[in-house]
Amino acid sequence: MTGSLVVTDLRVEFDGFVAVGGVSFDAHPGEVRFLIGPNGAGKTTCIDAITGLSKGSGSVKLGDQELLGKSVNRIVRQGVGRTFQTASVFEQLSVVQNLDIAAGLHRSSLSLLRARRGIDPAIESALEETGLSMERETPAGILSHGQKQWLEIGMMLVQEPRALLLDEPVAGMSQDERTATGELLQRIAQRRIVLVVEHDMDFMRRYASRVTVLHQGKVLSEGAVAQVQADPKVQEVYLGTAGAATTTAMLAVADTTTAVTDAATQGEGA
Amino acid sequence: MTRLKPWLPLIGIGVFAVLLLVVAPAVLSMHWINNLGKYCCWAIAAVGIGLAWGRGGMLVLGQGVFFGLGAYAMAMHLTLETAGPDSLPVFMILYDPTAPLPAFWEPFRSDTFTLVAIVLLPVIVASILGYALFKRRVKGAYFAILTQALAVALAVLISSTIRETGGDTGLSDFKYFFGFVLDDDVNKIMVFMIAAALLIACLLVVWQLNRSRYGELLLATRDAEERVRFLGYDPANIKLVAFVVAAVMASIAGAMFVPIVGIITPAEIGAPASILMIAGVALGGRASLFGPALGAMAIGWGQSSLGSSWPSGWIYILGLVFILVTLFLPMGLSSLLGRVKSMVWRSRATPTAPVVASAPVLEEVRR
Repeated sequence: MTGSLVVTDLRVEFDGFVAVGGVSFDAHPGEVRFLIGPNGAGKTTCIDAITGLSKGSGSVKLGDQELLGKSVNRIVRQGVGRTFQTASVFEQLSVVQNLDIAAGLHRSSLSLLRARRGIDPAIESALEETGLSMERETPAGILSHGQKQWLEIGMMLVQEPRALLLDEPVAGMSQDERTATGELLQRIAQRRIVLVVEHDMDFMRRYASRVTVLHQGKVLSEGAVAQVQADPKVQEVYLGTAGAATTTAMLAVADTTTAVTDAATQGEGA
Repeated sequence: MTRLKPWLPLIGIGVFAVLLLVVAPAVLSMHWINNLGKYCCWAIAAVGIGLAWGRGGMLVLGQGVFFGLGAYAMAMHLTLETAGPDSLPVFMILYDPTAPLPAFWEPFRSDTFTLVAIVLLPVIVASILGYALFKRRVKGAYFAILTQALAVALAVLISSTIRETGGDTGLSDFKYFFGFVLDDDVNKIMVFMIAAALLIACLLVVWQLNRSRYGELLLATRDAEERVRFLGYDPANIKLVAFVVAAVMASIAGAMFVPIVGIITPAEIGAPASILMIAGVALGGRASLFGPALGAMAIGWGQSSLGSSWPSGWIYILGLVFILVTLFLPMGLSSLLGRVKSMVWRSRATPTAPVVASAPVLEEVRR
């Protein structure tokens, strides 16, 4: 059975600026784990550090293996997959080709020299799972935004990862697409660790098992959804004033934040 | 039709092979066979560039380095063979009749060593160079400039070592090619056939690489290197393979260039020569299979016909063609054919339901 993802005292600094200052949390198979917080809280930086994109100190363990200090591709081979805020699929290649490249992770170098014949069962089931069966020959570049995100999730699934890290998977999705994504994540989470960074409070409320709130690079609050929502510290961060906050108001503000960041992300196109 | 489609490039290679190996020797005069042999050499180098640049996104501006390695390995062997056993090459005797043969020349007396060196030297050099560059994530213009600088450096090195390499005058006056007299027309045709056959072989290698899973991975690396890293691959290794294959092809091209043209000088491997190799690839279409080879042959033909009859005008024509192609057909002349074909294809394919093909082929890729 897969172990848990345990982050202990993770610190990430950029030229003296502390983006993440001693964050600890854990995620277990069977739960959809959420990481939320206002802009600049260090959510994405945490994921970057776990996946080897940014250098961090402290400890990140998957089962009993330490991930920090390993190169990006090594960490993927240890069984950690991730998606990005902006879907990054190979736009020139078809859906099946995208999945096939992802599934090729554990193929021998020599077998790479042969042409692809047929479709792997793993790819077939990823197509089923993500609802992309009808799009298998479609170039990934002309998929809808939601479908691209699902393709990215599919690309992780064919790699049989132990942990899936998703960075704002439902940003820019329609309500139906959000529901489909949430249900997909819950199915995936039955056997795997699923860690989601999200701005969307409504989505978080519907699908989170446990939530960690980050603020200015530190853990502000942690627990079940209701528990976190009732935490006055969380309300203060989201509203700026303590005490007077109601959950509804907090959610309203959080949704505005989502819209703003969505626009920002689209604009950057990174 | 869809069943046939994956094999179309193979049929194309077959037709090309018949044209080069059967039709050309029967129809062309000795002069043009020799010229065609020269174009084949440039085409071999171009096929490799097509793989590294067109498919892998590495702008290899210094293929002259590897062309030069192969060419000088072959030229040293032919020079020693012409000089005869235990004697010095003529140009060395002119400088100093008593000096011994430089140590690095000695092994090139052997046929086998020379042939092995033509393949292994570029593998070693390209592996070390590529590993250092790709692991440090050197890419884009920096990569192009660096490879270009190496071509210049090698050309300058050879120019400045007249006693050891013949300098600017280069190596020439080869009489034998592995025991065959080079003056004989039959042997000239044989050398041409070898070059043509090697070109066909290189096309086959690149065709297989392009349709393989590796080919898809290379394309993915070209378009989104970081994403490939997050799928658990090391992009450096993927690029290294294409870079080394391209280097070997350039070396083979150089090696065949020597017996066909009869002379190799630093001018054939420096920056202008390296850029001319790229120009052919850009003209023909870097990401297609035949584009680089045909483009290089066209440039070669222009060089030897227009270039000799109207040298001052040729360079302007070349520049103009290059500008027009870059402006209007960034993926080269071959994309013209592909565009028309895909328009026809699409209008025919739309009404029918999506077909589930068992082995989908990689469409020719355009940006």
